[in-house]
Amino acid sequence: MRIHCPYCGERPAEEFTFQGDADVRRPQGNEPSQMDEWFDYVYLRENPRGRMKEYWHHSGGCRSWLIVERDTDSHEVFGVTAARERKLSPQRKRAS
Amino acid sequence: MTSFRLPTGGLVDRNTTLRFQFDAKSFTGHAGDSLASALLANGVSLMGRSFKYHRPRGAVTGGSAEPNALVELRTGARREPNTRATMVELFEGLEAKSQNRWPSLEFDVGAINQLASPLLVAGFYYKTFMWPKAFWEKIYEPLIRRAAGLGSAVHAPDPDSYEKIYGHCDLLVIGGGAAGLMAALTAGRAGARVMIADEHARLGGALLGENETINGKPSIQWVQEALAELASMKEVTILPRTTVFGWFDGNIYGALERVNDHVATPPEYEPRQRYWRIAAKAAILATGAEERPLVFGNNDRPGVMQASAMRGLANRYGVAAGKSVVVFTNNHSGYATARDLTAAGVNVAALIDSRANAPKLNAGKVPVLKGAVVSDVEGSRNVKSVRVVNADGGVEEIACDAVAMSGGFSPVVHLSCHRGLKPVWNEKLAAFLPPDTGKELVAAGAAAGNMTLAAALADGAEKAAKLLTALGFKPKTAKPPQADGEPYAVSPLWSVQSQHKAFVDFQNDVTAKDLPLAAREGYKDVELAKRYTTLGMATDQGKLSNVNGIALLAGATGKSIAQVGTTTFRPNYTPVSFGAFAGPFTGHHFNPVRKTPMHAWAEEQGAVFVEAGLWYRPQWFPRAGEKGWLESVTREVLAARNSVGVCDVSTLGKIDIQGPDAGEFLNRVYCNGWSTLEVGKARYGLMLREDGVVFDDGTTSRLGPDHFFMTTTTANAARVLTHLEFCHQALWPELDVQYVSVTEQWGQMAIAGPKARATLQKLVDGITLNDETFPYMAARPVQIMGGIPARLFRISFSGEHAYELSVPADYADAVIRAVMHAGAEFNITPYGTEALSVMRIEKGHVAGGELNGNTTAADLGLGRMMSTKKDYIGRMMATREGMTRADREVFVGIRPIGQGQKLSAGAHILNVGDKVSLEADQGYITAVAYSPMLESWIGLALVQRGNKRHGEKVRVFDGLRGQHYDAELCDPVHFDPENRRLHV
Repeated sequence: MRIHCPYCGERPAEEFTFQGDADVRRPQGNEPSQMDEWFDYVYLRENPRGRMKEYWHHSGGCRSWLIVERDTDSHEVFGVTAARERKLSPQRKRAS
Repeated sequence: MTSFRLPTGGLVDRNTTLRFQFDAKSFTGHAGDSLASALLANGVSLMGRSFKYHRPRGAVTGGSAEPNALVELRTGARREPNTRATMVELFEGLEAKSQNRWPSLEFDVGAINQLASPLLVAGFYYKTFMWPKAFWEKIYEPLIRRAAGLGSAVHAPDPDSYEKIYGHCDLLVIGGGAAGLMAALTAGRAGARVMIADEHARLGGALLGENETINGKPSIQWVQEALAELASMKEVTILPRTTVFGWFDGNIYGALERVNDHVATPPEYEPRQRYWRIAAKAAILATGAEERPLVFGNNDRPGVMQASAMRGLANRYGVAAGKSVVVFTNNHSGYATARDLTAAGVNVAALIDSRANAPKLNAGKVPVLKGAVVSDVEGSRNVKSVRVVNADGGVEEIACDAVAMSGGFSPVVHLSCHRGLKPVWNEKLAAFLPPDTGKELVAAGAAAGNMTLAAALADGAEKAAKLLTALGFKPKTAKPPQADGEPYAVSPLWSVQSQHKAFVDFQNDVTAKDLPLAAREGYKDVELAKRYTTLGMATDQGKLSNVNGIALLAGATGKSIAQVGTTTFRPNYTPVSFGAFAGPFTGHHFNPVRKTPMHAWAEEQGAVFVEAGLWYRPQWFPRAGEKGWLESVTREVLAARNSVGVCDVSTLGKIDIQGPDAGEFLNRVYCNGWSTLEVGKARYGLMLREDGVVFDDGTTSRLGPDHFFMTTTTANAARVLTHLEFCHQALWPELDVQYVSVTEQWGQMAIAGPKARATLQKLVDGITLNDETFPYMAARPVQIMGGIPARLFRISFSGEHAYELSVPADYADAVIRAVMHAGAEFNITPYGTEALSVMRIEKGHVAGGELNGNTTAADLGLGRMMSTKKDYIGRMMATREGMTRADREVFVGIRPIGQGQKLSAGAHILNVGDKVSLEADQGYITAVAYSPMLESWIGLALVQRGNKRHGEKVRVFDGLRGQHYDAELCDPVHFDPENRRLHV
């Protein structure tokens, strides 16, 4: 697999470290009533077969945290953005 | 010994004679021979014994699909088991040995297994050796492994070197036969960056073994012209002896180049093999097609070969497979063999075509028996005759010493299926074709089912042109070269009723009877039948056997072949050596070695080093006359406590943090507060993970309003940096802060003890060190030794009045020597990680044993550090019920009861009177040391409610060492609890 780092260009996957679901948002606030929200943020991760946004760290390169949109089945990469450039979308709702 | 070398012909260099040995007998061959062709030229057709029944076997193919002719190549440390004699290029002095036979290839005791063959049918592992259970590991398995085996591995280290390399190209062409060469030519002429790889020493594929014409010229001449043209193109890379063994995500191909397998020893500075990782924009799969064996009695006798292999033997190597040959075929391939052998002067006794309505094809003067089959081969170690059942049912015996067989062709689809797709059955071709793999990889030529030479040439050019156009090139479309040839037509013949064993899988000794047996016993699914019968599970991965086996399974289960389907194709296409995977990263190249800038000094001081991650740290510094490490460590501790010691702490992670938001950033990553830290001061920081567990600790100093210098533990240095990067980039990109690892840029040493200040005073420029100018926790840039920039921190891990001095790495060696000189009058003593550890245990400072990935700040007695005034990583989750439970194991000291009693790390703690059980477990000891100050063993532990049990007597259970003893829980600060010594 190859990942197109926005800073370094297309590089082999071995240069990167995987960090899982990038569609989680760190909650704002530390009220006890927010515990469920925090629990979801810390522990709940989507694991779909198919398209997904994931954190990848260019640990063997420029050390940027990236958001890679990828098909977890075919491993096709659809797009890569630097985490620091991301436009935050609303927090995904907990599937109940 | 009779020579089977034909008087003329072949691509071998008859002027170059090479000597070689097989099973210690000497032979000669020619340059250009394979080991198999050279042996056959010498009349040696028996090359090995089979896996299970120890049947005599010879080469059945001319290539990498070879299941039988497996030999141990070379001797000594370069010995390599299971090499295919058909792929081994002959070189001067080659030595090879046959495998799986004892005492000799001709007389093999193991052949008695054939008599036991009723016991060794499909599933024999599961049936015969089931009972008694205890016998399996000790008796059955070793017995089976000895009897049924392949070559043996070498135990000596591999003396050769291996390389890894990345390749990049527009078009990768896999296979250098007719279609592959046309594809490469088309792409090369269009100016594309091309790589063309072929597993053989010469490119040309099947054309090397065929007697055909292209554009009116011998096909081999066309191959040479094509290669010359490719070699003249500077964007074209030709990779002979290179097997593309796997197709991976992102259109990456793994390939193994056997750079120097064809010589006795690689030339100096050259690798034996090179492991390629090729990133291709597009690829052409031009791997051709493999000829299928026919399944009849004794079809495994030496002398029975693929029809194409047998004519290749004559055309490429100038070797006759026998004096008189019978050809058995269900397609045109047998006719080509009959013609080529006849032309080479070999007698072809008969051509048996199983098709009653076979088209009229040119067999020369060879008698053709249509609608007939060979039911059995007679002869025990070689071929004496064949038993032919004619169309009318009549049986005749035809004398011969070799049999050419062709059951049709199977496109080599493997790579196209490596990413999960399954091949597609084609009824007309009676073969599986590659699935539609899109534009990354496209099959061409025989691999795509275009079985004639003319079609392969045209297909290679056309498919390449299409891919190149999609990549933006403008390939010229020229008329493809002209070739004649018979149309491909095949009538499947999956097995023949026989008297003797008929083999489907030669390498694993799977017979035609095993598959129906597996089906009868319920293993009807192809994946189950494979494992039950071991069909296709040998090192050849069923290249010859799988399609025949699937057809037999289909017959036995009443399904179509398409319904049965194939098993899963996985990389590697052919075996890849561990050496190639490891590449140059062996021995001391396996891991980098990290040495601190004071390493040479420590070596001179006689340090015993310990590996800490990749670092080498001085563990202690033995002196002459000391009996064991404890004596050295005790001396080092006493020196630091009573006078002054110096310790290299350069391995601590160091991160330089700058920017207007640097303080805020620290506030969010540490659980304690940083807003109030003054410039010029250091503070102990505790970092949590987001789940509330303690992650790391260290001292961070404020060197300027927007400038901090963070230290981490040695073990977590890289992890903390990654964590900071994540927090900043993914969580709070709005913070204006920059950070970089400076671990290797600064050499750092701890100078500890009552004489630390007096020692340092001699080195520091322009400051009188005292509690006003440099109080406890001061952290400031200073100059030392007349102008060397340095940073001085008055911090202490030992509990002594201590400093850490940090200097640019290049100065560190000079500075540590100056420190030693300055401290000489106080008998300054270097100390290692052991003394460091003793002193931290005496002081009850937490370290790796307590920062174990389970403990919270509160567990470690550091709960008061957790700020309630700010958000930080881990704040919320640290408040969860389980994280604050009253019966958590928390940090406590422990000391033995009874003079001279030792403590042991890892031992468990029980309430007095409790029996040993998991339920009764109160916790365990995390660290122990002999305290020279207290003249006793002391320890640290994690014990349930331990902080409230100081003074309580407990029982220690050390199951590992078989010990029980009494101990007492206590304050973890064993020594100087008032911290008076910090200010001495």
